Amino acid sequence: MIVEGKQKIWADYQKDIPDDHYFYVRSCIRQSFWPASEVTFLDIVRNKLGKDFYENEYHTTCGGIAYHSDSIPQETAMTIIARQFALMHESGYENYVCSCITSFGLYTETLETWHEFPELEAKIRQYLWDSCKKEFAKPKYLAHASDMIYKFRFDIAKQMKFPLVNVKTGKPLKVVEHIGCHYSKMFPSKGFGGAEYPHVLVGMIEAWGGEVVDYPERRHCCGFGFRQYFVQGNRGYSESNTYKKFESMEPYEPDLIITNCPGCPYFLDRWQYVIAEQTGKTYGKNGYGIPALTYEEVAGLVMGYDPWDLGLQMHQVAIEPLLEKMGIPYDPKKKYQGVNGKDLGQPQCPSCIKSV
Amino acid sequence: MKENIIIIGGGAAGMEAATQLQKLGLTPVIIEKSNALGGHIAQWDKLFPAFHNAKDVVSKMFDNVKDIKTYLNTEVTDIQRNADGFHAVLSNGEAIDGKAVVLATGFDLFKAERKQEYGYGIYNNVITSLELEKFFRTRKDERINNPKKIGFVHCVGARDVKVGNTYCSKVCCTTALKQACEMKEVFPEAEVYTFYMDLRMFGPGYEDLYLKTQKDYDVKCIRGRVCEVSEDMDGRLVIKAEDTLFGKPLRMTLDLLVLMCSMEKNKSIDKIQQQLGVENNSDGFMQNRDMYLGMNDSKQEGVFVAGTCTAPKSLPDTIGEARSVAVEVFNYVNNK
Repeated sequence: MIVEGKQKIWADYQKDIPDDHYFYVRSCIRQSFWPASEVTFLDIVRNKLGKDFYENEYHTTCGGIAYHSDSIPQETAMTIIARQFALMHESGYENYVCSCITSFGLYTETLETWHEFPELEAKIRQYLWDSCKKEFAKPKYLAHASDMIYKFRFDIAKQMKFPLVNVKTGKPLKVVEHIGCHYSKMFPSKGFGGAEYPHVLVGMIEAWGGEVVDYPERRHCCGFGFRQYFVQGNRGYSESNTYKKFESMEPYEPDLIITNCPGCPYFLDRWQYVIAEQTGKTYGKNGYGIPALTYEEVAGLVMGYDPWDLGLQMHQVAIEPLLEKMGIPYDPKKKYQGVNGKDLGQPQCPSCIKSV
Repeated sequence: MKENIIIIGGGAAGMEAATQLQKLGLTPVIIEKSNALGGHIAQWDKLFPAFHNAKDVVSKMFDNVKDIKTYLNTEVTDIQRNADGFHAVLSNGEAIDGKAVVLATGFDLFKAERKQEYGYGIYNNVITSLELEKFFRTRKDERINNPKKIGFVHCVGARDVKVGNTYCSKVCCTTALKQACEMKEVFPEAEVYTFYMDLRMFGPGYEDLYLKTQKDYDVKCIRGRVCEVSEDMDGRLVIKAEDTLFGKPLRMTLDLLVLMCSMEKNKSIDKIQQQLGVENNSDGFMQNRDMYLGMNDSKQEGVFVAGTCTAPKSLPDTIGEARSVAVEVFNYVNNK
């Protein structure tokens, strides 16, 4: 591996991101899968970094899942997106940041399509007025939320309490990074580091003390891939993709997987249970799995957020071995407590993959 | 010195054009930006299809131009048309006048790192066809350490919309097969694979080379492009490709991957080309006046083109063009 080669590519694919004042839109999937990630993001940027990130209660899904599943035509998705942009404009913002990778890909695709086909933009402008009576506007800048954490990764490092280091050995944790396909594979210039060697998550890992694992199936799909999962008959493809990745990363003995897509952490997490059920194989040490976390969860962990406030109990793979490696204190009794200490009851745990 | 013919470029086309112009009684002057004549071909070890030593061919060309005035490490920094022809200012401070200008500026090799998915400059064991040729000449390259499994990727930077080059680079297919055979000779135990889109064996003896590659050298030619290269824990290369004849994706672990880099327009001549009013064609190379009967003429009077500055060409094609440009220039000077 020639590190300088990667550094050159990373230098070629940099984006000039505005420092402040963003209109933030959540992800329909992530709010279900990892509800605390978005809350953590807003807390970090607003309260730890002192930035202005505004969100509007009237925003909706971007339509990405339906669009990529061929359930709605492109014009419908574009009109939904035009409405989101109109909300941004009405709220007095010009910079738009989204939580979801699929949304980021679709917003980028839409803006590029409008640029190339102005007649389509004019059509959508009319659709927006006819359906919502809203004024058409486009953002001056479009970012993904992981771009923001990447931009502020060194500011986060200054507030870091638990670096990505094994406190028992003093060695950096070995971290697998997995980028959502829609982050930069469609438009390499729109992602930090481009499509082949993205830097957006690598930069976070390195800034926070970890060591990046580069393994042969690094670029391979996590297993979500929309049709691979949404079409029930295809779910074997979904699982086999995930299986292929874990078989490839296994020899490197990673401690953690960090992702920036709604689906990736979900499938990399849940399929580990299914693989264990089907084959008896687990990829972490001592019968555990490898935690697959969102970048907000990792940022929260290194900054000292309570693991249960970060929602890490929502993961199938037990997080406790990672917390112990990082020396992060946690109260096992609070794992399944809701707001104000309400006991939510302990879920049934599988026996094929170890849980705490 | 009004009969001077200014030849910009001292590669195969420039040297051969100068040789023929001298034989025709004119006074060619070669201006070469690098420190030696010979261009790309001087870096080659053997030539397809019959494995001739490139050195033998280049040596003869050197002999032919030894009495011709040559400027090395010199570029044309400014060129103006005047009543007698052209006035060129050189980077060494000198100036020369000429009746005509021959652009024989050759090509640039496609920069393999632009195809990021192939990992050149990222993974140690990904090399270019030029680097392999250097290994054949010197037998020194620490990356080539008794490889057991070797892959060649055709069309790197050619026939590729993604990098903006839709043309065929013409010589890469034959070069890949030549180099594959040579690798089998150096490493007889190695398994050698080539990944191609189409095999374009257009010249005399080329198809024979293709058959020989498979029958005598047991090189396996796979019709499909490599889409991704990565590295495993041992530093071996893991490639993904598609075998379009079987209709199946494939994954393979290799010790060495050779990228057959295409030809691109030599952009270092752009300023002078612009001063001379010579346009580019749709592939980005220089535009000649007519592809059949004016292939050595630019659209500008007194400005001629030869060799790979107008399109990718093999060495025989280049030499043929260099000879024909000499005749064109001779006729132009004598009829003026």
